[in-house]
This record gives sequence, C-alpha cells and structure tokens, in this order.
Amino acid sequence: MQLIYEKSIPGRRGVKLPASDVPSAAALPAHLLRAETAGLAEVSELDLVRHFTNLSRRNFSVDTNFYPLGSCTMKYNAKVLENSAALFAPFHPMTALLPGGEEFCQGTLGMLHDLGLLLADITGMDEVTTQPLAGAHGEMTGILLVAAYHAARGNKAKKKYVVVPDSSHGTNPASAAIAGYEIITVPTAPYGDMDLELFKKAMTDEVAAVMMTCPNTLGLFNPHIKEISDIAHSHDALMYYDGANLNAIMGKVKPGDVGFDVIHVNLHKTFGTPHGGGGPGSGPVGVKKALIPFLPQPRIIKDGQGLFQLESKRPGSIGRTANFFGNFGVMAKAYAYIIMLGREGLVRASEQAVLNANYIKERLKPYYDLPYDMTCMHECVFSASKQLAHGVHAIDIAKFLIDRGYHPPTVYFPMIVKEAIMIEPTETESKGTMDAFIEVMIEAAQMAETNPQALHDAPLTMPISRLDETKAAREQNVCCMA
Amino acid sequence: MNDSHYCPHTPEEISEMLAAIGVSSVEELFAPIPAELRAKPLTIPAGMSEFETFARMQAIAGENTQGMTNYIGGGFYDHIIPSAIDHLSGRAEFYTAYTPYQPECSQGTLQALFEYQTAICRLTGLGVSNASLYDGGTACAEAAMMALRVTGRNKIVVDASVNPFSRQVLKTYLFNLDVEIVEIAPVNGALDRAGLAAVLDETVAALLVQNPNFFGTIDDFTDLAQQVHTLGGLLIASVYPVSLGILKSPGEMGVDIAVGDGQSLGNPLSFGGPSFGFIAAKKSLIRNMPGRIVGETVDRNGKRGFVLTLQAREQHIKRHKATSNICSNQGLCALRGLIFLSLVGKQGLADMAVLNRDKAEYAKARLAAIPGVKVLQSAPTFNEFTISLPKPAAALVEGMLKEGITAGVPLCDFYEGLENALVVTVTEKRSKKEIDHFATLLEAALCN
Repeated sequence: MQLIYEKSIPGRRGVKLPASDVPSAAALPAHLLRAETAGLAEVSELDLVRHFTNLSRRNFSVDTNFYPLGSCTMKYNAKVLENSAALFAPFHPMTALLPGGEEFCQGTLGMLHDLGLLLADITGMDEVTTQPLAGAHGEMTGILLVAAYHAARGNKAKKKYVVVPDSSHGTNPASAAIAGYEIITVPTAPYGDMDLELFKKAMTDEVAAVMMTCPNTLGLFNPHIKEISDIAHSHDALMYYDGANLNAIMGKVKPGDVGFDVIHVNLHKTFGTPHGGGGPGSGPVGVKKALIPFLPQPRIIKDGQGLFQLESKRPGSIGRTANFFGNFGVMAKAYAYIIMLGREGLVRASEQAVLNANYIKERLKPYYDLPYDMTCMHECVFSASKQLAHGVHAIDIAKFLIDRGYHPPTVYFPMIVKEAIMIEPTETESKGTMDAFIEVMIEAAQMAETNPQALHDAPLTMPISRLDETKAAREQNVCCMA
Repeated sequence: MNDSHYCPHTPEEISEMLAAIGVSSVEELFAPIPAELRAKPLTIPAGMSEFETFARMQAIAGENTQGMTNYIGGGFYDHIIPSAIDHLSGRAEFYTAYTPYQPECSQGTLQALFEYQTAICRLTGLGVSNASLYDGGTACAEAAMMALRVTGRNKIVVDASVNPFSRQVLKTYLFNLDVEIVEIAPVNGALDRAGLAAVLDETVAALLVQNPNFFGTIDDFTDLAQQVHTLGGLLIASVYPVSLGILKSPGEMGVDIAVGDGQSLGNPLSFGGPSFGFIAAKKSLIRNMPGRIVGETVDRNGKRGFVLTLQAREQHIKRHKATSNICSNQGLCALRGLIFLSLVGKQGLADMAVLNRDKAEYAKARLAAIPGVKVLQSAPTFNEFTISLPKPAAALVEGMLKEGITAGVPLCDFYEGLENALVVTVTEKRSKKEIDHFATLLEAALCN
C-alpha cells in the first residue's frame, strides 16, 4: 500500500479550521520562523479515511482473530469500556492543580482514589499510586521507591544489587538499571522455578530488591515464594512483584500476603483495557505501609469531609514519574471493568484463564515438547524442539498460524526455553475457538514431519510474505524524508 | 454457574475441559499455590450489568464541573479534534491489536507508525523518530539519559523555563544515578544566556531547553547549539508540536534531540492521559534511541513492508544494558497524532499555528489594557503568554473557577518571586466573544 505521503496532492486539505474572528497579529521576526512548512500529507478527508481504514484491515486484532500472545493477556476488551473513557475526554488535568481546583474535579480524583483502593484489595497492598504510565514505567517507579526506602535508612551506598530470575521479563533488569542497580541473575531449576539454592547463595545484605513474576514467565506458580520473601527480608531486601501475570491469581492469592512489598499491575493486561497496537498501557504501583512516604506526588487523599485533595509537598516522595495523574483514560476503562466484573467476576476470570491454559497444554502435549510438564497457571510454554529435528523452527509454526487466521503465540520467550512457544488463551475465549486452534497446531506439528517446506514458505495469504529484517537493520530507512 | 458473557464456557464445556486435563475441578488447578498462602475473599463490591456500569461511570464524570472555558495549558492543550480521528482510531483492528511482533499480520500498525515517524521527522527537521514514548515529561528524561550514554558524561544543565513537571520527572528518573542536574533560572520569562554560559563546560552531557517555554516565550536556540557542540555536548529541545506549523524547527536550530508531548495532536485532554511523547534525533544517534523503531524493508518477493527494527537496543534483547526500560509505547495515541497531522495537513498546520498566535495576541492586548496588568516578557510569544497582575494570581484564579473559567496557570508554585504572574493560554477554540468576556471578568475581579 502507498504511504499517505505518496497519496498527497499539493493544495489538498482534509479539515477546515475555524475562521479567524480576531485581527492578524504582527509577523514574528524571521529568525524565529521555519524556512519551509513541514512536509505533512495533503489529502482530503475521504482519502484519509480510506487510507487508514484499509491500513487497519492489514492487522490481526483481538476483535478479528484469536490472539494467544503469551505474557500479553490479550483478552477481549468490552465495548462499554470505550464508551466509559470517552466521558472524561473534556477534562483538563491542570484544572485540578490550580488553587482550589480539586473541588471542580471530584469525579476524576475520586475515581483514581477508588481505583487505588480496588487494586490494593486485589493485590494485598496498603496504598496504590496510579501515576505510572505502563508496566515498565511502574517497574521503574517501584524500584525507585525501593531506592528511596533504602536511602532513607542510610543504606544507599550499601545496597547495590537487584536479583532477578533468568526467566524474568527484560524490563525487570532494565528498570533496575535506571535506578542505578547492578543485576544478579539466578538460573531456573529443572522444576521450573528460580533455583532456590542458587538464590540463597546470591542473597547478601547488599541486595536492594528481588524482582519476581509469580506465576513466572513459564506460567508456573512458585510454591517457595514465602520462603524466598523471608530470605530476602532477612537481608533487608524488598520483594518486587511484576504484575504482568496477575490475571492468573485474582482472588486466589494476594502478592501482599506472601511477602511482596511493591507491585505494579498492567491494567492493559489483567483489567481488560485494549492494547492499542502497542499502547497506551497503564501501570499503577502498590506498596506496603513502609513505602507509602516515598510514593510519587501529587498523591490523592480523602479529607475529613470526604473531599478528594492533592497532596504535593511531602519531603520523602520520589517526585513525579509523569506530568499529570497517569493514563487516566486507560484507568477509567479498568475501573469500569473491575466494578462490572466485581469480586466474583474477577475470580472467575482468573479461574477460566487457568482452565483454558491447562486445556491447551494437555491437548497439545502429545505433539509438542513441554519442557516443564506440570499444572500451569494462565499460560503454558512449549518448545518446538521436536519439530526442529525436521528443520522447522518456532517461527515457521508461527507463520503457518497466520495463514490459518491465528495471531501466533509469543515465540522465543522466555529465553530459557529453546524454540519457545508461549500460549496464553485468556478467559474470554470459547472452547470452540481453542479447539479449532488446537487442531491447527496439531496440523502444523504433522506438517513439520511431512512437508516442512510448506511451513518455511508461510505465510502465503497475507499482503506480504516474510520480511528481510537484516536489510531493515542495515539500511535504517526509518522515515520517508520529503 | 455462568452468568458472565466475558467467560463464555457452559458448565458442560467446563466438564469436558476438566476431563481432558484429568482433574475434577477448576480449584484443583490452583493446587500449586500452597494452602497457607491462599487469599481471604476480595472485599470489592459484587459485579453489575453493563448498563449499571455505564450509569456509574456517567455519575462519576458528572461529579466534575462540566463546560469549563480553558485558558490553561502547561503541556496539555485544548485544541480541535476532527471527528475522523475517533472513528479511525476506534477501529478495533487498530485498538485491539498489540505490538507488531509478527509483521505479516501487523502491517496496518507498522505502516502507520512508519508514517508517524515520518511526520515527526518532517515536523522537527531531524532524521530519526521512534514509534513514541509515554508523555512529554518522560520523553525529556529519556532524551537526557540518551545524552548521558552518547557523551559518557554525567551532568545535565536545564533551563528552568522548561515545563516544571517535566523537570520534576527528569529529577525522579535520575535521582538514584550519579548524575548532576544544574538548573538555571530564567530572567523575565526567557532563558538566561549569560547564566547558562557560566555553567556550560566540557563536563556537560546536554543542555535541555524548551520552545516555547513554560512562560510562552519563543526563542531561537541556534547559538546555544553551536556553543554546546563546541564543548562536545548535546542540545535537547522540548517543543510544542502545533507551534512547529510556523516556528523554526529543532533541526534548523542544530538541536540534537527534540522531544515533546503529542496530546495537542488529536488526543483529548482526558484528565492528563493517555497522550504520547515523541522523540526525534539526528540520524547519527539512532543506535542510542530508546523504544521501538519501525523500518522499511522488502519481503521475499521484493515487495515493500515494515518491521520493528534495531531491536538489539531494547530491553527484551539487551535486558539491563538496553537503551531504556521502555517496552510498550503509546501506539494508539501516536496513530491519532498521525491522523491529526495528515488531516490538518501541510498548510493546515501552519494556518492553525497562525490562528493560535492571532487569538493569543488579541487576548494579550485585551488583558494588557486592563489597569495594573502587564505582559511579563518582552520577547515574542506563541499561544501562551505571561501577565503580571496587581495582586496574587492564585486567589484570582480560584475566584475565576467559580465563573466556569480556568484563567491560567499561576507561577507561584513553580518560581520564586512570581506570586502575581499568570500564564494564559489561548487556542484556536477560543472565540473573540469568549476572550472579551474573559477580559471583562478579569478586570472586574481585579477591581474588587
């Protein structure tokens, strides 16, 4: 498809601006002005609508295709959430920050406050900040809170390390690095969890925090989690919970109950808000009492009269992590999701997410290698190692699935599984959809033996075939200059 | 029991699935969680229907005061949003997709992001843009960290007329690193060149400036770019994208990294988000860029296509050595930005910028004619300007809120000695009639 710039005709316009009802201002000095107007598109509204409508048709999405992308929780996004967020479009965030402005924003401030309470209940934490803008941003915020906690106790110089399992999301070590920490990586044991003995050896008083995803990226709940927390705490290290996999455990176990001190949640995963082709997300952070003094500001508090106020001048706070109050529109959707499902609905969501993942795991086990063969939580991780014997890689199976109308599972993650295929069906998929997917996965396994070339050739039904990624990286054509 | 249409299984289907797994109940699947760790029941309320949910959300929205007339900015601006944007970004193929890891079935998102990167490059006059960051403040922080990596130095000099919230975000990001941040106070609402010259030296990784700045003042940083480059550092400029319809672009000034908040490009105010941050840089800095980048390539048949490229910079490959911890971006908001820029178009963005300035200049003259009111800066402004009032701005703003007007952002919380200063923003949405009414109310309030 042509780029929108290739469809441009000089002089064409897509929108009429309001007519000016004021005099023209005196011209600005020439040295402040650009030499030429920026080379934006010049198209009519219809040209543009057709362009983007046709572009959209080149995407797979949850609404058009089963999308079992592991670790991403691609559940159905209820339409009422979109309508709910739109109600808040006109509210300027600066209004709340004006003198006396909170009074005019009681709805939005109150919703953020209430969302914090709901998330605190689900996660077992004492207070939640809604400021972080995505999961990784929440991780960074959480680790900065850890840093502030240790600094306040006079241990800034002493605390040098953050411990992560080798199955962790890449954002964990990357976020800890922004906070100035060095990383200690603990290998995974054959039983699928962080190796407990190696963990004990890694722990010293110089460790600031242990970052865990539980269930981990293999989809396994670590039964030793309490013991791990106790060991960490004995070294004055805090426990960080990466909430990426929270969809597995709502109402079943609260991270705060098992020793975690800080958690981020991904509203765009667990709480049903759409992923937007890569964002916006939202990553609220919950903490235990000891960390409350360090939370970002402004902090939303409820005063004696029941009014919501902003508290902006606490000396211990790590400051602002975002310009305003976080991705409010995303939080409005998550809030609507939580109140709509309610306590029973959230528990059922986790139960059926786990049921669906185990169903797919059991059905596909005869055909694909399952390196950690045990009850999984919300996702299961296979390896294409059996297929590799026939020269077929995980990526080939992924591309074959595209031809059959399925968005592929996550492949090559977690890195500790060779040729990983990570499947997360989520609770919103029907048995019929999963059965059809399972049949196609079985077909792919059989084709790996009988006709591997067909898998190498896939996909054949898309607007494009496999792309030359090396050429993209070498030539670095990342924009089309006018 | 199944009363939720979001969990579709019938009891029979659940039984079949349990049989296939070889367990007798769903509860059995949670056996890996030790019994002593199991949660007490959630205390959040019982669920409700979609109808009741929406009514509750309407009630919450109704608790905010509706229909305020805005003269506030501070990074978020009340601009027109053409209808096509909601309809196109509301296509589920866009908004219910995820990161385009599988390019063959994600060309819609990938091509749109490539077009977005192109729009940002052309707007800023720089050679590379990523596929978006979170917001304007975090983009400033990412740019500063990029400069630290590029130069291997550990000092950032910041003009304090940069948005105070963005400066606070920068400090938060860097507080546990061994990085020195030096802020230079502005003079009369403009950057203090002499003050900056006094601290710029060969230990400075970057100078961070903003155009127009928080007071609304327009500047040309060409001289600063030369000065910083002579010392081996980088110049980072935070810019307001609508102003780039007419103002000198970062590229023309010699800026190395341009950042900003994209909310003004077709994203609603939405109480502060989601919007998107943009970051563009000289092409030579591409390997130090944070976040996702889309690149052009060809498929097996030589057909053009788009992929995520240079992923070896990113956290999922490089982990703690990545150029940033960022994973998701603000894809849908960036898409809205692209649609906005494409719809308004080449001449339209210039016209819109002129219209903003004309409205603001009219308001500036009207307000400056009120006895006791003076314009703080002598330098030119875009669609924001700072006035100094004969009495504290905070009380005045509080009073005007009751009239349904957000009169401006008082500077008392951000700068010492500016208790009477107020930053007023006027976009293309404000009519002459509204501005006249605002001036009348302001005059009356000052006479009391």
